[in-house]
Amino acid sequence: MSSNTASSSAATAGSGDSSAARKNSKRPKYSKFTQQELPACKPILTPGWVISTFLIVSVIFIPLGVISLFASQDVVEIVDRYDNDCIPAPARTNKVAYIQGGGDKACNRTLRVTKRMKQPIYVYYQLENFYQNHRRYVKSRSDSQLRSPKYENQISACKPEDDVGGQPIVPCGLVAWSLFNDTYTLSRNNTRLAVNKKGIAWKSDKEHKFGNRVFPKNFQKGNLTGGASLDPDIPLSEQEDLIVWMRTAALPTFRKLYGKIETDLEMGDTIHVTLQNNYNTYSFSGKKKLVLSTTSWLGGKNDFLGIAYLTVGGICFFLALAFTIMYLVKPRRLGDPSYLSWNRNPGGR
Amino acid sequence: MAGERRKGVRLSKLYSFKCFKPSSGEDHSHIGSRGYSRVVFCNDPDTPEALELNYKGNYVSTTKYTAANFIPKSLFEQFRRVANIYFLVVAFVSFSPLAPYTAPSVLAPLLFVIGATMVKEGVEDWRRRKQDIEANNRKVQVFGKNGTFGETKWKNLRVGDIVKVHKDDYFPADLLLLSSSYEDGICYVETMNLDGETNLKLKHALEITSDEESIKNFRGVIKCEDPNEHLYSFVGTLQFQGKQYPLSPQQMLLRDSKLKNTDYIHGVVVFTGHDTKVMQNATDPPSKRSKIEKKMDKIIYILFSILIVISFTGSVFFGIITRRDLSDDGKLTRWYLRPDETTVFYEPQRAVLAAFFHFLTALMLYGYLIPISLYVSIEVVKVLQSIFINQDQEMYHEETDRPARARTSNLNEELGQVDTILSDKTGTLTCNSMEFVKCSIAGTAYGRGMTEVEMALRKQKGMMRPQEEADNDDSLSIKEIKASSTKSVKGFNFWDERIVDGEWINQPNAELIQKFFRVLAICHTAVPDVNSDTREITYEAESPDEAAFVIASRELGFEFFERSQTNISLHEIDHMTGEKVDRVYELLHVLEFSSSRKRMSVIVRNPENQLLLLSKGADSVMFERLAKHGRQNERETKEHIKRYAEAGLRTLVITYREVDEDEYRIWEEEFLKAKTLVSEDRDALIDAAADNIEKDLILLGSTAVEDKLQKGVPDCIDKLSQAGVKIWVLTGDKTETAINIGYACSLLREGMKKILITLDSPDVEALEKQGDKDAVAKASFQSIKKQLREGMSQTFAATGNSANENPETFGLVIDGKSLTFALDKKLEKEFLELAIRCNSVICCRSSPKQKALVTRLVKSGTGRTTLAIGDGANDVGMLQEADIGVGISGAEGMQAVMASDFAIAQFRFLERLLLVHGHWCYRRIAIMICYFFYKNLTFGFTLFWYEAYASFSGKPAYNDWYMSCYNVFFTSLPVIALGVFDQDVSARLCLKYPILYQEGVQNILFSWERILGWMLNGIISSMIIFFLTIKTMAAQAFQKDGQVVDYSVLGVTMYSSVVWTVNCQMAISINYFTWIQHCFIWGSIGFWYLFLVVYGSLPPTFSTTAFQVLVETSGPSPFCWLTLVLVMVSALLPYFSYRAFQIKFRPMYHDIIVEQRRTERPETATRTTSAVSGELPVQVEFTLHHLKANLSRRDSWN
Repeated sequence: MSSNTASSSAATAGSGDSSAARKNSKRPKYSKFTQQELPACKPILTPGWVISTFLIVSVIFIPLGVISLFASQDVVEIVDRYDNDCIPAPARTNKVAYIQGGGDKACNRTLRVTKRMKQPIYVYYQLENFYQNHRRYVKSRSDSQLRSPKYENQISACKPEDDVGGQPIVPCGLVAWSLFNDTYTLSRNNTRLAVNKKGIAWKSDKEHKFGNRVFPKNFQKGNLTGGASLDPDIPLSEQEDLIVWMRTAALPTFRKLYGKIETDLEMGDTIHVTLQNNYNTYSFSGKKKLVLSTTSWLGGKNDFLGIAYLTVGGICFFLALAFTIMYLVKPRRLGDPSYLSWNRNPGGR
Repeated sequence: MAGERRKGVRLSKLYSFKCFKPSSGEDHSHIGSRGYSRVVFCNDPDTPEALELNYKGNYVSTTKYTAANFIPKSLFEQFRRVANIYFLVVAFVSFSPLAPYTAPSVLAPLLFVIGATMVKEGVEDWRRRKQDIEANNRKVQVFGKNGTFGETKWKNLRVGDIVKVHKDDYFPADLLLLSSSYEDGICYVETMNLDGETNLKLKHALEITSDEESIKNFRGVIKCEDPNEHLYSFVGTLQFQGKQYPLSPQQMLLRDSKLKNTDYIHGVVVFTGHDTKVMQNATDPPSKRSKIEKKMDKIIYILFSILIVISFTGSVFFGIITRRDLSDDGKLTRWYLRPDETTVFYEPQRAVLAAFFHFLTALMLYGYLIPISLYVSIEVVKVLQSIFINQDQEMYHEETDRPARARTSNLNEELGQVDTILSDKTGTLTCNSMEFVKCSIAGTAYGRGMTEVEMALRKQKGMMRPQEEADNDDSLSIKEIKASSTKSVKGFNFWDERIVDGEWINQPNAELIQKFFRVLAICHTAVPDVNSDTREITYEAESPDEAAFVIASRELGFEFFERSQTNISLHEIDHMTGEKVDRVYELLHVLEFSSSRKRMSVIVRNPENQLLLLSKGADSVMFERLAKHGRQNERETKEHIKRYAEAGLRTLVITYREVDEDEYRIWEEEFLKAKTLVSEDRDALIDAAADNIEKDLILLGSTAVEDKLQKGVPDCIDKLSQAGVKIWVLTGDKTETAINIGYACSLLREGMKKILITLDSPDVEALEKQGDKDAVAKASFQSIKKQLREGMSQTFAATGNSANENPETFGLVIDGKSLTFALDKKLEKEFLELAIRCNSVICCRSSPKQKALVTRLVKSGTGRTTLAIGDGANDVGMLQEADIGVGISGAEGMQAVMASDFAIAQFRFLERLLLVHGHWCYRRIAIMICYFFYKNLTFGFTLFWYEAYASFSGKPAYNDWYMSCYNVFFTSLPVIALGVFDQDVSARLCLKYPILYQEGVQNILFSWERILGWMLNGIISSMIIFFLTIKTMAAQAFQKDGQVVDYSVLGVTMYSSVVWTVNCQMAISINYFTWIQHCFIWGSIGFWYLFLVVYGSLPPTFSTTAFQVLVETSGPSPFCWLTLVLVMVSALLPYFSYRAFQIKFRPMYHDIIVEQRRTERPETATRTTSAVSGELPVQVEFTLHHLKANLSRRDSWN
């Protein structure tokens, strides 16, 4: 684009000389593309379009909302917060001391089944105010170490849980170190309810992220013990609790799968839970909850989605109505030329 | 003069000092002074003195970069942009632990963006380089030591070489012409590559060198000016055989011009390589930036402030939270973070420091607020837009084979915001192809044609009174005669039965008529070109006026057919015998035309051995030079000139005088002395010398040539003023001519109130006669002041009572002298204010400098966008001063085009350039930038909201690579498509409803409200996206198999929502869907999923959280898709509702126009009783309505 007399002249010297200038005329070639006349769809917001768009959205959204709500209604969910109750009353003044102290921390809870629950019933633990998404925390792991024994020594990201006396910790890092270690034993009518702890992790995690030849080493051997210990004889790919835990949560309130109950629970059943209250959420006042839940095709119990759909659908319906009324009450003729007058100051977007 | 001298003292000081040595001791005082230090040893480049001078060779390089400096230099260019520096710093910091994401993901987009720009630069430069190589290796014949000519490459030429250039070859360097194949040493040159002029120019060698044999032993020394960029000046002397000979541009052959009609020439190389005039001229046009881009910079700063504010907020929170991780008694609160054993970035004991480092991290994290690809995208878009402008067939001019050219792509959108057009007249509004239509000889007016202006005036008057003008039938009969008479001749539109076909000899004043036409046939610089087959003669003239004169005299029997260095030969009809005779006039001197002299003269010796001075010039300078006895017909001639001017004609006064031998000899000596001088004031001295002989002239008469209005000019001006663009005409013409042209091109309309500001009042003239300059200036100043005040009060009065919707319109006409005072610092404000209140402004008699000054005044005074349009060298200042310069590639050469930003072939194309391309480009760029900010804020703020849920630790919500691909891959192509292709309405409608253009003039689409509106929309969207997503994707299972949402699923879902939202937002905000838009918008979304699949299938060590995320986790979950739909629709809802409301209540111009196109149903007229029947389509009725409104407005003024 810059004008460069000298060089442009040099260019024309070759071609321009041929006196067939007429033949290669500079007339731009015609094509719909270059003349900017491509066939195009030019949507405009006529009242009809506005109203029908709103109507269509509401017509789609309201049924979707209803369906989601129904799906959510099908789900039976029992939530039991136990972090406070599982501390003996005398120790409640200093929960942190209690949880950090030794001794048996067993605790019994009773849950009532209010509605029939069809198997599989998922057992979750829910933590609140726990920042698994803290940058320091998330980064403190070694994916290659988890994957293969070859990379046992790739622990640079794992500080301060990287090694014990020069020996690398497997699995290293804060995430693994802080593994959740409350345990639940469930029984119904004094018969033990089997909780299947297999198949709670993502398949891809088991197969591709955690190696089956990688065994825990030096785990929880440091000066400060975090959470659960691991059986050094079981390869990481089989340690599903760890795999679930290491798939970090996005938000400070999260649930993680503990196991599955593969029998139906009837309405009115009473479930006794014997739990070991080991995990310290007290020092950062995090709640701990035990959750038993069935699922629908849409997942767990969640009314919000349905309500949100209904709300948005409703708003759209209302807007459709409002616009209809506006167009009826105060119609503006399409293409009214009076709007093309001078010195008008049309504003906004 | 001292001041002028001082100018030379600059860098050349050192230079001249060095080469001063060899010539020291010379007696020639002017040579060797600063600025005039070049010494050329002809045919002897190897002499020690020449070697000592060490002038550079003829090698040229026009490239911006060399292989060695390409990388550093182009990088430097890139990082002059603030945003790019920011990204560079970010890239460096990303290698430190501060970085919230991995270094490659930061570097990749930056490298991509920088790389793309560098490749573009590199390719452009490579092209230039190839041209250079081609030019440097061309062959030329050079005179060798062995006494013959041998071939060599251009780049090997040295100063002092003698070269031989053959017909149709380019000159390899600036040469001094020594001799040519013609005996008298003349040659013809085409300078198209220099100034675009296609006519041939005559050059002639000095007589002493024109002998061909002398070349062999030619040894001379040329002393001349230093290299400079003035194409039309050259000062130097040739020292040859002990004598000094003056050199002028007449002997210079410039590099890159071409030898024509001459078999070969010999020349001495004077300037080589970069010293040549053409290379000295090759500077880039001044780079202008559009208003939108300047505003965009401000927005970038706003974004930077937002960035800093939110980073700071985040850091404060982070600091507080981090501090709490370790309670005062040493207990760990969030023990899982091990705050007891941490790095400085998270250390609770030094929380302030940690917060500071976090601030740096946050600056990087929220960097997505700054659109990294914005500049690149805009550049790409603008280049493509320029291609569309260049390719537009509607702006292609068949006759001259010239399409429109966007010479810079920086200003496309500025074209859509033009508020004031400042236009030249000659060659811009008119064709600049002159036709000889009338003349006045010895007080008698000849020529019966009607000019366009006359016809236009008559038509306008005819609207009010029936045609019954006296000489009306006269002109009709002429037309009939003309139709039956011989073929029309270009440049000649003269018919008068008293003159044509040799009838003039029967006129009573035949002798004067003869003299008159002889002057026309002799006093010029045209070159005849005799066609060898048909014997027809055509002329190569420097200006179209001159061509018209020569043609006219040929048609009337004074055929100029040969020019040699010393002679001009005519075929003439002898007025006594009526026979054709050949007469040869010896040409003694040509006193050339210049804009300050405003006249040209030749001194010839006629066959009767009489010395004659023949002179033609502007009336303002000629009448005062008349002899007492030469004023016989002065009154009549003046009267005729006035009438011609009113008819829009250009007039020249024709005079002659006999010079006696003695006077001539004395004068010649003085003149030659001035000419041989080599110094800066040479021109002034020559002018003074010429002045001495151009006096006591005898008036013969005057000529009138018509400069026809270009096709479509009135329509175009009408459309532009309908679009609300103000048009100022700055012309060198007389007031009457300008006013009448104004009427002819509908710039001034009947019913417009004319405000005339002039100094032709009796008191000022009286003062002028007294000659007291101070008093005149003072009186003039006061007079102008008064007139300006009066004008103001008129316009105020008009606006005062204009509650009735049709404000009066005003036209301001001001002449050059008054303009000088009006542009005075003290008055310029008032002048501008008055001018703004007028719809059209005409400045007459304005000089090039005044044109530029007026342009600057309008530009800086109003702050609005100005566009200057012109075609000649005198418009260059104006074009460069204005926000946009548009050059007309017309007859007056290419200088205006070279200085312009856009070049078009005809004035009427301006309409399409502005109303269609300007409007589109403005709209596209404005929306594009707004959208860019929208999409980056939408994205960037989701990151910020997420931080609130991640204790501000700096963990981004998404995978690193999603983020780095956001700007480059998933959202950029649709924006570019928007910037290149979007149209609110079609070109046809743009032209039909010029009011649409006001969107740009009022800057509606890029107003702060709108920009902030879009930003707000972005922030609202981000809030809807983030909070809806995290609320729906709370802790519960999101799949039948009981799995819960984790970091990767939330990230993918939210990111998908963002991609969908911004792309669909694009879809609902554009008005024009071709397959390209569909392809890009849906393609971008599709590409995101494709990316997810591909990236997700890479090993987990690389893909980390994205590993199989779509295939395994979020893809099969209906919950994720439902969330996506909900979030996307909700995020689009605010904008959509806003638009619906806006269209309902405050529609914009284009909304209405689009609707009008759509509503085809007939519509009943309800407004007026006299309305045409209801079957008319809306558009027609709308137009009618407008017309009527206009008419009623008009009526009320009259």
